[in-house]
Amino acid sequence: MKASWVADEEKSKVQMMSGADMLMEALEKEGVEVLFGYPGGAVLPIYDALYKKKIRHILTRHEQGAIHAAQGFARVTGKAGVVIATSGPGATNLVTGIADAMIDSLPLVIFTGQVATTVIGTDAFQEADIVGVTMPITKHNYQVRRVEDLPGIIQEAFHIAQSGRPGPVLVDIPKDISTALGAYAAPKDVSLPGYQPTVMPNLLQVKRLADAIATAKKPVILAGAGVLFAGAEKEILSLAEQHRIPVANTLLGLGSFPSDHPLFLGMAGMHGTYAANIALYECDLLIGIGARFDDRLTGDLNHFAQKAAVAHIDIDPAEIGKNVETLIPIVGCAKHTVSALLRESTSSGDTAEWVYHLSELKSSYPLWYKKDDKTLKPQRLLEIIHEETKGEAIVTTDVGQHQMWTAQYYGFSKPNRWVTSGGLGTMGFGFPAAIGAKIGNPGLPVVAVTGDGGFQMTLQELSVLQELKLPVIIVIVNNQSLGMVRQWQEIFYEERYSQSLIPVQPDFVKLAAAYGIDGAVAGTEEEARQEFARALASNSPFLLDCRVTSDENVYPMIAPGKGIHQMIGVKP
Amino acid sequence: MRRIITATVLNQSGVLNRLTGLLTKRQFNIESITVGHSDDPGISKITIVVQVEDDRKLEQLLKQLHKQIDVLKVKDLTDMALVARELALIKVLTTPDTRSEIKVIIEPFRASIIDVSLENVTIEVTGDNDKVEALIELLRPYGIKEISRTGLTAMPRGTQRTVYNLNQFSII
Ligand SMILES: Cc1ncc(C[n+]2csc(CCOP(=O)(O)OP(=O)(O)O)c2C)c(N)n1
Ligand SMILES: [Mg+2]
Repeated sequence: MKASWVADEEKSKVQMMSGADMLMEALEKEGVEVLFGYPGGAVLPIYDALYKKKIRHILTRHEQGAIHAAQGFARVTGKAGVVIATSGPGATNLVTGIADAMIDSLPLVIFTGQVATTVIGTDAFQEADIVGVTMPITKHNYQVRRVEDLPGIIQEAFHIAQSGRPGPVLVDIPKDISTALGAYAAPKDVSLPGYQPTVMPNLLQVKRLADAIATAKKPVILAGAGVLFAGAEKEILSLAEQHRIPVANTLLGLGSFPSDHPLFLGMAGMHGTYAANIALYECDLLIGIGARFDDRLTGDLNHFAQKAAVAHIDIDPAEIGKNVETLIPIVGCAKHTVSALLRESTSSGDTAEWVYHLSELKSSYPLWYKKDDKTLKPQRLLEIIHEETKGEAIVTTDVGQHQMWTAQYYGFSKPNRWVTSGGLGTMGFGFPAAIGAKIGNPGLPVVAVTGDGGFQMTLQELSVLQELKLPVIIVIVNNQSLGMVRQWQEIFYEERYSQSLIPVQPDFVKLAAAYGIDGAVAGTEEEARQEFARALASNSPFLLDCRVTSDENVYPMIAPGKGIHQMIGVKP
Repeated sequence: MRRIITATVLNQSGVLNRLTGLLTKRQFNIESITVGHSDDPGISKITIVVQVEDDRKLEQLLKQLHKQIDVLKVKDLTDMALVARELALIKVLTTPDTRSEIKVIIEPFRASIIDVSLENVTIEVTGDNDKVEALIELLRPYGIKEISRTGLTAMPRGTQRTVYNLNQFSII
């Protein structure tokens, strides 16, 4: 009896399995519940293995849609978005999304099919060197060469994507590896000697920051997306309140601090608030947390935080000192670091005057636009959406003016509800990202705010919306132009509107109808409010084509090359 | 400034591509790069000679290299006591008259002639960059037909005489 039991166990230890089945096994082991993908020749064995499984698969209508959806999913859940695409064109269609996820630190695990190992390097049908192509835009990538390596590689891929500073990891699987049978062995724990993210901060540096806080008269916290990835909102709030330190957000950090808090200055950077930017200009202590000081935030570096001691908390050491000279570098997870800081820092500097000064700036120079009852102002539209959703919705955007207006006027107060393409600025991102966000967090209303230009880059995903009956509200901020381009041409190119006006447009409502989706046009505030409320109540897919005034610009603004204190379009 | 940097890397396919791609993307100028196995077949050692503008750029370079998953260790050897060598093969035109002259020239360099034909000889020399350059300059008047250089490989000396200025980078 006993002998045969042992033999059984031996047998199960050397269970033979195809590469495709190993992949399914690994996905289940990682707890993956949904895949975003598109089939093709090189992934036929994988799709065949999937056929027998319960893992949900969202068939987008373009691979770019799949990867942006996976990004939206990752952004709101904090878990890796998982993507499958075939070799060659399937894989290259993912490239924009991979680059986008890399620069915005979104965890993704991407599986691409590859031609068989026997023909790799022969320019075979649908062969593309996707590992070579994506090397600079992935956190790491792999090509599987032996079927037995698959379980270990996949485990590593998820580990790398989701730990440290998150990012996209690509696993390229040749077709013959998917079909090959190999001895399956569950992988042991991940061991990556060259990858050991530092999570716990160096306490000496934390102490130095505590000392700096104790003497600072003009401190400011700049909270970025790293705060959201770490789930450190509460710690940041305590830090700010305990020491009376005003807080500014980066574009991607919105939602990490309550927008209605008296210490909140708003978004900083090119289209940030005057108060936030002046705070970064005048401060004597700048505490950057999970933010990478990108050029759209800092403006001309010669004018950025010149009077300040800069403290920088980031989990990626390479971000520290990259753009801004840093006096107090702290490598670590934002949550652990700020917790440690809260324990260390017992005394506060006298910030009363500074806080008063900034709150004066905040009330004297708020975001502003010329109100007008007869037309629909885009800024007003975003306020209406905030009011109707009580600021509770997940909001995704495309890239352009509407993106900045959403960042300025929606008023995010809760984490992980703001999904936008920050670093890469990818038009076409917003709508598919909303699909992924809704799948990731079905309990919240999801609004995709898009431009009339960008929506046309990925609108084929209307099929998915209707197929899944996903209650996503698409709001097209229709200014009949590539608005942000038009704005720059107006301001910096003497109104030469070269290729930025797009008056010929589809009837977006009819277009939605062709997919079986309800829609409406709104040309006034009242229509916008009514139709949006109807969309929200309908709990089904909806497209709202908002005809906003087309000559509106995003203000205030730091012109390229200018310092953070040289804003134009500030409320007079 | 010129820096000599070594990276200990996992011997994965594409790792060299990864590092050179990284240097190119971040606008670093590679002067030379050499790769070879270490005593562990799974681990390779890469020596990179690179031009960087300032300390800040150098810090970035070291951190970006370190960030690669396949990179185990990164070291800037420039300010350490180190041994650095490259090998060069130099093919020089000869006539029966010049052949013995050349022998005399290369002798102090401990270089040797490793191939001889009627019209030329091939000389092998090993040393730091300056030594190799100096020999090439001395041979140039005879007519150099071809040069092949390996690029520098380096390691710190067993004993470090002085405490060198190790920049305090926030790697951890
Ligand atoms: C894929 C891509 N191509 C080009 C651009 C450059 N670009 C930035 S904003 C913009 C205009 C976007 O127009 P629209 O989608 O209508 O938004 P609006 O600015 O009008 O709100 C363009 C073309 C980009 N960001 N992404
Ligand atoms: Mg537009």
